[in-house]
Amino acid sequence: MFNTQALPELDHDPFAEDVLRWPDGYHAALRETDVVWLPQYGVLATGRYDVVRHILTDWKTFCSSAGIGLTNFHKEKPWRPPSLVLEHDPPEHTRARAIIMRALSPVVLRRLRTLFEAEAERAVSRIIAMAAFDAVTELAEGYPLKVFGDAVGIIAQDRQTMLRYGNIAFNALGPRNRLFLRSQEEAEPVTRWVMQQCRREALDPRGLGAIMYAAADAGEVSEEEAAMLVRSFLSAGVDTTVRALGAALSCFAEEPEQWRILKSEPQRARAATEEAIRFASPFQTVFRTTATDTMLNGIEVAKGQKILLSLAAANRDPRRWENPDRFDITRNAAGHLGFGTGIHGCVGQMLARLEIEVLLGEMARRIETIERIGDIDFDLNNTTRGLSRLPLRVST
Amino acid sequence: MASIEFVYPDGRHRVAEIPEGISLMQGIVQQDIGGVVAECGGSAMCATCHVYVDDTNCRRLPAVEPIEDEMLDSTASERRSNSRLSCQLTVTPDLDGLLVHLPEKQI
Repeated sequence: MFNTQALPELDHDPFAEDVLRWPDGYHAALRETDVVWLPQYGVLATGRYDVVRHILTDWKTFCSSAGIGLTNFHKEKPWRPPSLVLEHDPPEHTRARAIIMRALSPVVLRRLRTLFEAEAERAVSRIIAMAAFDAVTELAEGYPLKVFGDAVGIIAQDRQTMLRYGNIAFNALGPRNRLFLRSQEEAEPVTRWVMQQCRREALDPRGLGAIMYAAADAGEVSEEEAAMLVRSFLSAGVDTTVRALGAALSCFAEEPEQWRILKSEPQRARAATEEAIRFASPFQTVFRTTATDTMLNGIEVAKGQKILLSLAAANRDPRRWENPDRFDITRNAAGHLGFGTGIHGCVGQMLARLEIEVLLGEMARRIETIERIGDIDFDLNNTTRGLSRLPLRVST
Repeated sequence: MASIEFVYPDGRHRVAEIPEGISLMQGIVQQDIGGVVAECGGSAMCATCHVYVDDTNCRRLPAVEPIEDEMLDSTASERRSNSRLSCQLTVTPDLDGLLVHLPEKQI
């Protein structure tokens, strides 16, 4: 067991509401040393790029099957059956991930691009007609709910529930605080709705969800497992993209020069997407658990220790990034940890990039200026960070 | 360090010393070799760090794992028998002298 006396302690509560709103000070304090001890939660924490990357890559030592949140599934019962991908280690993880990858391969994504482009065109026409609008509802939520929902094969139109499910799932990765308890209040009906949508009969047979059931037909997974894999799409694929889009739009509203660069070269939409995710890190925090006694940057860590990884702090680590606090779409942001990395790296990341890139590209081609015309507000969550309100005016 | 030779699609050559323990993709990115995009950062998710490894040296490489195999079906440049994802190759002394051909396109 390591000697916690020897480790620097961090007094910041990563899950305090003011920290979730404005985490920069906490991130800077976290990065002062390789690893810190959070006495309030009894966990180690790191926000240094190299350390976070190392832990994410070494999945044998730093496992996911004890949960990727604060709760240790080896000791406590999780709020829902663990994800077959995110909350399992190989070999179970490998099997599940291979099936999901089939649904998200570059070949499938090339087909989806046309559908996304058509919807992006409609969404941009709509906001141009409105001129002033809340970018969270109109774009950041509306567009992914439509294109991602359609891509998965969700038929239901009351798709706002998908956002509520993501909110519950991501709050559950944090401590049992007010945010967690509040979102758990609606966990039962929301989960029931989501699992309804994950049934074979509820899905459009042309969608990605149906590919999970094709795997069931081929005997690779059971019917129940197929439903769980579809659930993975819904829990991981909506809120994250919504928050990334909100962040990207907010960045451009605050940095008109960056918008001018994108307008002059709309093919930079892909790079802009990458930079927005690095800069904002919609998925801020993830945990790993030591599977054995190990050494981490000179510290002895016993088996079963939870470690908080701040992807957001790593994405602003000045040891890795030049002017890390500057949103700059001309930088090479590849290698950021916004999607994690390694075997548990976000399996939907290419789909997320496509959604965002297509919308930003369409906006860059048709919109002259973006201006914020009111106060922003945050949709607080223990894991994700994003806006609940972003009033914008656009001109053509 | 492993000394690895890269061949660009236009025929140019470049030899680089890549530190052991990192992936070949990370080595390519760190040393600005170019020729890969590596959009997913090494998760075998994007097939944009595709390389062709010289057949004579392939014996030194670990076998293609199922996920890499699946992703190699999605490369932008044609898949060949010596196609690999550079993010799935860890640099070891065994890779010293490896010849890596960079494909025409990654996206």
